[in-house]
Amino acid sequence: MIVRFNCNGSDVQVDTPPMARLLDVLREDLRLVGSKEGCGEGECGACTVRIDGAPVMSCLVPVAQVDGCRVQTIEGLGSPATHAVQTAMLMFGGAQCGICTPGICMSAAALLEENPHPTAEAVRVALAGNLCRCTGYQKVVDAVCGALAGGAS
Amino acid sequence: MVIGTSPPRRDGMDKLTGRSLYADDLRPSGVWYGATVRSSRAHARILGVRRAEGFDWSNVVLVTADDIPGLNVVSLMTDDQPVLADGIVRHVTEPIALVAAPTREHALAAAQHVVVEYEDLPALFDPLAAEGHELRIFGEDNVFKRIRIEHGVRTDATAHLIRGRYTTGLQEQLYIEPQSMLAELRADGGITLTGSMQCPYYIDRAVKRMLGHDRVNVAQAVTGGGFGGKEEYPSILACHATLLAIAARRPVKITYRRDEDLRATTKRHPAVIDLVTMVTARGQLLELHGRVWMDGGAYHTLSTVVLSRAMLHLQGPYRWPYASLHGTVVATHTPPNGAFRGFGAPQAQWAMERHMDRIARHMRLDPLVLRRENLFVHGDVSVTGQTLQNPGAFAVLEAAERAAAAPVNPKRVRPGVVGAEMRSGRGLALAWHGCGFTGNGEAKIRGKVALELRGRDVAVLSSSTDIGQGTETIFPMIVAQTLGIDMERVFNTAHDTGLVPDSGPTVASRTAMVVGGTCEKAAQRLLRHLRELHGEGDFDALAARAEAAGGLVRVEETYEVNTNVEWNPDTYQGDAYPCYGWSCVIVDLRVDLDTGEVLYDRVVTATDVGKALSPVLAAGQIEGGTLQALGWATQEEVVLDKQGCMRNDRLTNYIIPTALDGPEMITELVEIPYEGGPFGAKGIGEIPMDAPAAAVAQAIEAACGAVLDSLPMTPERVFAAMEAR
Amino acid sequence: MLRCEAEVFRPRTLNDALQMRADMPDATVLAGGTDVMVYLEAGVLKPTRILDLWGCQGLRGLGFADGSQVYGAGLTCTDVLQSVQAHPLLRDAAATVGAVQIQNRATLGGNICNGSPAGDTLPVWLALNAEFELASVRGFRRVPAATFWRGYKQMDLQPDELLVSIHVPAVTGNSHFRKVGTRMAQAISKVIFAGRSVAGREARLAFGAVGPTPMRCAAAEEALVAGAPVDEVVRLLEEEIVPIDDVRSTALYRRKVAGRIVRRWLESLPRG
Repeated sequence: MIVRFNCNGSDVQVDTPPMARLLDVLREDLRLVGSKEGCGEGECGACTVRIDGAPVMSCLVPVAQVDGCRVQTIEGLGSPATHAVQTAMLMFGGAQCGICTPGICMSAAALLEENPHPTAEAVRVALAGNLCRCTGYQKVVDAVCGALAGGAS
Repeated sequence: MVIGTSPPRRDGMDKLTGRSLYADDLRPSGVWYGATVRSSRAHARILGVRRAEGFDWSNVVLVTADDIPGLNVVSLMTDDQPVLADGIVRHVTEPIALVAAPTREHALAAAQHVVVEYEDLPALFDPLAAEGHELRIFGEDNVFKRIRIEHGVRTDATAHLIRGRYTTGLQEQLYIEPQSMLAELRADGGITLTGSMQCPYYIDRAVKRMLGHDRVNVAQAVTGGGFGGKEEYPSILACHATLLAIAARRPVKITYRRDEDLRATTKRHPAVIDLVTMVTARGQLLELHGRVWMDGGAYHTLSTVVLSRAMLHLQGPYRWPYASLHGTVVATHTPPNGAFRGFGAPQAQWAMERHMDRIARHMRLDPLVLRRENLFVHGDVSVTGQTLQNPGAFAVLEAAERAAAAPVNPKRVRPGVVGAEMRSGRGLALAWHGCGFTGNGEAKIRGKVALELRGRDVAVLSSSTDIGQGTETIFPMIVAQTLGIDMERVFNTAHDTGLVPDSGPTVASRTAMVVGGTCEKAAQRLLRHLRELHGEGDFDALAARAEAAGGLVRVEETYEVNTNVEWNPDTYQGDAYPCYGWSCVIVDLRVDLDTGEVLYDRVVTATDVGKALSPVLAAGQIEGGTLQALGWATQEEVVLDKQGCMRNDRLTNYIIPTALDGPEMITELVEIPYEGGPFGAKGIGEIPMDAPAAAVAQAIEAACGAVLDSLPMTPERVFAAMEAR
Repeated sequence: MLRCEAEVFRPRTLNDALQMRADMPDATVLAGGTDVMVYLEAGVLKPTRILDLWGCQGLRGLGFADGSQVYGAGLTCTDVLQSVQAHPLLRDAAATVGAVQIQNRATLGGNICNGSPAGDTLPVWLALNAEFELASVRGFRRVPAATFWRGYKQMDLQPDELLVSIHVPAVTGNSHFRKVGTRMAQAISKVIFAGRSVAGREARLAFGAVGPTPMRCAAAEEALVAGAPVDEVVRLLEEEIVPIDDVRSTALYRRKVAGRIVRRWLESLPRG
């Protein structure tokens, strides 16, 4: 099947089995390897991308379902200009080993579009689908809360 | 002054923009994918390994133990673990054969079509029964190691005898990046390995011995977490990928699926710990008698060292006039257990802190008063006879209490829960943690760091990997500060054994303290060297002259062992560690009276870090370790089937904390400098694992009266303990 | 990683979908993928044809008809959470499904037709007297939620039928939802409860994850309507549920916690 979608602002088309996981199409066909596979079953959130703005687990999305959609990956989040959440994560120490970090940035960016000044608990709800084993989440929560608060941006 | 500030981490923006390349992101042209054929039996004789009929084997390579050119051994401490099972399997999931194919799916399918015929043999699963059992797994008596420590003078004072048993379960490191390794053939017939790892030189040695030649180099890819799980285990993937690359004559990558990673890789050692103590009516500790059993699994891995650290931390941060400790780590027919942050110390201190609470309960003393009465002070002597210099136990206690005086924010979100009946509780626990290798370990390792001038900038060459903790940032900070230059001019090179000296492994809370200290000495040596070559001046002037002169400027520094450290590994007497970190944890939580669920509201930690080289990175280590400890405390449980195989081998049912499970954290960094560390820094990587679980147990007890002495304290166990009151 | 080579059919209209369903009763029905994709990757589902309803129009509405609320089967949990009209019990349940990324894809119909006894939203339909509207080229029929799940993953759903909507009559009374999961998010249920009570007239005590299907406790409901003491209601429901030991929890825990949750709720209700 030829699947056409907008990926990070560019129109792309991929000849692929329609049930291929969006994650595999991104990583293998489009060589966008910033989205990571931590579990392959929608638990860890390392593969989080946005489809028409909404964060989803790309390991659970058959690529046929993004035909005609806008897909944003971590490669598109910081381009052309670094996103505020990326800057804040850097300044607050929200990234350690970094494997969950792209997914966290995608979830956080979606939250901040709806709610630019979230409470800590709102951030925790928004990031509950992104497992992180390094940070204990506190610095991630601080970064997302502070991302648009001025200073870090 | 860059030391003591928190510049953004060096690898931060690459990680935040998705540019960092982890092992599974590497895809050299022509790469094939490897898969592992594993034992479905706990203990069996292998009668045959063959390709199933009806499967297209034309584009598949198959490797068995017969294809190993050198030693069939995963080199580590003891040569007991084969790279591929040779005749016998001793645990479920043990690798028997390997396949590689052009796609991952093809390789997985091929692995499923390799038929292994077994003759089942009886198996041992209970470590307490395995010791001395006639069925042999290891050595004469299935004991990997026994340790006895006796110190001090027994009391003849009137005392209360208090006895308790404390247990802990398996825990998975659960790095979010599964194990992954790429092997590529070099033009000279050698092999280059690139992968997810903590310790490139462990792998370097293991692959060389397996091949029987030295044309091997090992390079770290960006690594998605380790926590000990990528200390020794990646040597197995590296050996496997190497064998497949040779057989397939092309690059081969092995990336474990999560379920395979969970079933096959090492876990934290489970422990059973009996403590018998003598205590005066006023709460003065007199005697400690401790018995520790640990389950090592089917092969030795690092079990003796894990037991060692457990025994050396068992006394907790308290003075015991007399102690008699006896520990055993035993072999069973289960997947080998291995390194995990804390390395035995968390198990031991869980037991001791719970026992302190038991003493307090028994003697009707305030648990905090009991602790204060017995906490180490300057000049106290440990059970190894080590005199403690400036112990930080009181300092961290006071810092934690100060921070915990702030009110707890009660507004936690619990989706799907309204009107629950909750009870609040606060718990406190203390811990100490020996920094760096035990005893004379560093003298054996003699870790090295090299510095090279690159133009007027400085390259740091070490095998100390960044697995998230911040090595790429900390080493340049230390070198820049020592040279008096901007940090931007110092960078770590790739951690490739073909390029860098052996700095020792990235383990044991030693990287910043020991190897970082060596970086500082190397920078001083570089300055001296430049002055010898180019006269007086600051680094800038000297570097400019060196650049104009041309040629390689390189210095190498070897870690200088603190000559005060005397350690007898036979008697376990002497200075066990060059210094100790100290930690106090205060947990505020609520227990749901109807379900036994624990909701963490806030955790305050105060940790003596010696010197916070980068406060943000230091706090990040502590907060991450604290949450990993909270997971161990109440959520993380490995469920085994009758063959010893992990049943909950998915992230849906091996439960680690989400952002909603994690508490607000207040992280106090206390700085009692260690003169042997760079700028006073101590190791901090592991200590956050030590105290939280016991603080949680005390808080649960305070909240609802449930007394729990076994980890994990799952809702099921808390519920049962509430009912048993 | 496991590439699925199944042929995918993506109807745009309900009519097309029903015709395709009639032509391909063996096809696996796909909505948001949060269950199907897990089964594919685990290798437990190997379909040759897939009927993908994600892009099918007319399944994501939320409105009223004949005095009932009508939920399109294709509504996602996020749709429910963002709708002020959605019933509070359903909103409570939707908030407990996975986390944001899952809520953005997981559909009401998918949860119902996957039929897992641990489906987070399923007891809600039992508590609300919901009916499921099933469609095929043969026509429409309605099945009460109470009789839809017949056994473990066995549904009253013909091979040519699709679930198109859920009808919830105007119900009254006090209601309560509680999920006891393995953690605060991304959690599979150990016990789920949805209850509704109109003193002296009607009671619904519905559970998930304590039996082979989502279930109501009829005897306990009757006792509650009849004004029996809470002890008696709890005793009856603990007898009616049939939890098991599994990798996530124990039968004993599930039974006792189910009783505790109901007791806590009933004791919080105004008397009379």
